[in-house]
Amino acid sequence: MSIFIDKNTKVIVQGITGSEGSYHTARMLEYGTHILGGVTPGKGGQKSEHGLPVFDTVRDAVDATGATHSCIFVPPPFAADALFEAYDAGITFAVCITEGIPVHDVLRVVATTPGMRIIGPNCPGLISPGKSLIGIMPGHVFKEGNVGLVSRSGTLTYEVVDLLTRTGFGQSTCVGIGGDPIIGTTFVDCLREFANDRQTEALVLCGEIGGSDEEDAAAFIKEHLPEMPIVAFIGGRNAPPGKSLGHAGAIISGAFGTAQSKIAAFEAAGVPVADRPSAIPGLLAQRMPAAV
Amino acid sequence: MEHQGKELFRRAGIPIPRGQDAASPADAGEFVSANSGEWVIKAQVLMGGRGKAGKVKFAKNADEARAVAQEIMATPMPPNRQNPKGEPVNSVLVEEKLPIAKEAYLAIAIDRTTKSPVIMVSPFGGMDIEEVAEKHPGSIAKFFVNTAIGYSPFIGRELAFKAGLDPGYRKAFPAIAGGVYDLFFRYGAKLIEINPLVLTTDGRVFASDAKVELDDDALYKNPEFKKWEETLPLDEDEKLAAQAGLGTRNFRRFDGNVGTIANGAGLAMATMDAVKNAGGNFANFLDVGGGANAERVRNCYELVVNHTGAKVMFINIFGGITRCDEVAKGIVEALNTTKSRKVPLVIRLTGTNEEQGRKILADAKMTPVETMDEGAARAVELAA
Repeated sequence: MSIFIDKNTKVIVQGITGSEGSYHTARMLEYGTHILGGVTPGKGGQKSEHGLPVFDTVRDAVDATGATHSCIFVPPPFAADALFEAYDAGITFAVCITEGIPVHDVLRVVATTPGMRIIGPNCPGLISPGKSLIGIMPGHVFKEGNVGLVSRSGTLTYEVVDLLTRTGFGQSTCVGIGGDPIIGTTFVDCLREFANDRQTEALVLCGEIGGSDEEDAAAFIKEHLPEMPIVAFIGGRNAPPGKSLGHAGAIISGAFGTAQSKIAAFEAAGVPVADRPSAIPGLLAQRMPAAV
Repeated sequence: MEHQGKELFRRAGIPIPRGQDAASPADAGEFVSANSGEWVIKAQVLMGGRGKAGKVKFAKNADEARAVAQEIMATPMPPNRQNPKGEPVNSVLVEEKLPIAKEAYLAIAIDRTTKSPVIMVSPFGGMDIEEVAEKHPGSIAKFFVNTAIGYSPFIGRELAFKAGLDPGYRKAFPAIAGGVYDLFFRYGAKLIEINPLVLTTDGRVFASDAKVELDDDALYKNPEFKKWEETLPLDEDEKLAAQAGLGTRNFRRFDGNVGTIANGAGLAMATMDAVKNAGGNFANFLDVGGGANAERVRNCYELVVNHTGAKVMFINIFGGITRCDEVAKGIVEALNTTKSRKVPLVIRLTGTNEEQGRKILADAKMTPVETMDEGAARAVELAA
C-alpha cells in the first residue's frame, strides 16, 4: 500500500499543452503514472505531444477517461477556476503545482470543495515510489520502501530523500504539501493517512518557519502515533521575523511561527529534530534499528 | 500608507475623520488655514510606533500646522523592532482632532489553521496588539468567518459583547466590522487593522488609523494598487531581486560574510542554517529558482557580491529535474563572463548526473565539495 496514489491511480493533466505541463507530463509518463489525457480549453479533439487525448473541459476528460486525480499546471489568475472545474467534474484528488495564487482564491477553494483533496498549491506534488508520481518531483531519486515523508518544500525534499535512499531507507509515499500560507492538505491530514497505511513504518517530516502546522502535527503524533519512529527537520532556524523567505508561508509573525516553537513541540511529542538534513538518516536508524 | 487605507475605508463606508494628505509643510498649513478647528498631523510611514517616536502632533492654526509638519518630516522614523532601518517621512496626514472617550481595536486577518478569515476585537486600542495579548490575555475576542457564508451583522454584535466593548460602540460596530470584511474580501487583503477605533465623547465612532496589507499575488486584480505601490518606499532587497530577474521573496540580505546561492526556498533556508551550524554567518538568502542556467547563475552571483559583504560564495545545488552537468556548465560560464569582483567559490552539487557535473567544475579549476555540511564548513573557513 501507500497513501493517496498507487499503481492504479488514473490521472489527467490540466494545462497539458503548456510548456511546464507538457514537460512534466512526459516525466510522469516515463515514471509509469497512468496519465489518460489532458485539458486545454480550445484544443479539444487534438492529441498532446505525448499522443494523449486533449479535451476542452475537465468534465469531458473525466467522462472519457474515468480519471479521479488531476495535476494542475495553470497560471495563477486561472488556478482557482481550474480547481473549481475539477471539483465540479467529480475529480476527488487535485495536485496544484501553480505558485503565486492569490491567497483569497485559495481560501475560497478550500472552503467550498468538501470531499476533494487538494495537495498544494505551490507544491512539487507527491510520489509513491515504484507506483505513481503526480507533480514535478525527480522520480529517480526515490526508492520504494517503508518511510513516509511530508515536506513543505521541493528541493529540500529531494535532498532528504536522496540521503534516505543512499542510506537504505526507501519510501512509501512522499508528499510535498507546499509553501503557501493556506494549503489544501496539512501535515496532520497526511499523518492521518499514514497512520492507516500498512506499508509505512516510519516517518520523516520536513517543516519550516511560519504558521503552526508543525505544532499541530506534534500534538497529533503525541496522541495518535506515539509508537511510530518519526524524525523531524525545521528549515529556517536562523531566519529573521517579519519577512517571507522564498515561500510566501515561510514568515515569522511576532512570536508565532518560529523554529524554536516547532522544535520544542516536536521534542515534547518525543520526536527528535535533526539540526541538519544529513543527521536525519542517523536519527531514523536509532529509532528503527531493525531496518538497517 | 494610512491615507491610502483611509481612501479604501471611505469607499466601504467606514467612518473616518475629516482630513487631507499633505506632501509638504506648506500644503499642511494651507489646508488648516482653509479649515477651522483643531488638527492632528501624522507622519505617513509604513512602520508602527509613530506616537512614541513623536511623529503625531497637534496644531490649532496654519502656523502651528506648518511648524509641526516641518518638525515631523525633518527626521526619519527611528528604527524599532519592526523595522531595524527606520523610514523617511515624505508626507503627513492632517486630520480632525477627535474628542476621544474610548479606544478599541478591530482587525481581520487570515487564520492559517482554520483556513478562514478571523475578525479580532479588543477594548484595548491605541497600543501594539502584541502588547495587548501579553498584558490582557483573554481581552481579544475572535470570530472565524465561514467564507461560503461571509459576514453577517450578528458577528459584529457577538464580537462587541464578547470583547466587552463600551456600549457606546454597539450601534455603529456591526456595520464597521462589515465594511472591513467587505474590503478584505473585495481587495483580497491579507490584513486590515483599525487601531484605534475611536469612540468620541459625543458618541460617534471613527477609524482613527488604517492599516491595509495587500497580497502581492493579488495586485494584478487591482491596477490602481500598482500605482500606489510606486509611491511607497520600496524594500531595497525586493528591488534588487526584481532587477536580477528573481521573485521578490527570493533574495534577502544579512550581515554575515558567507554568500549563499541555492535552488529552492527550503534548500536555501537549510543552506543558511548549515552556514550557522558551521560557526559562520550568512550574508544572504537566495533561491535561484528552477533551471539554474548560466545567465541566472551570473545574475545571482553578481547580486550577492555587489550588494552584500560576502567574502566567499557557497553555491548549494541539488539537481533534480535540472541536471548537475547543466548547472556546472552554467556556473563555469557565469564566473568566466562576470565583470564583478571575484570571491572564492565553494560549490556543492548533488543529484542527477553529479559525477559529470563535478568533472566539469574540476576541469575549470573549481573545487566541488561532496556534501552540504562539508561545503558550509569550507566556506566558513575561507571567510574567516
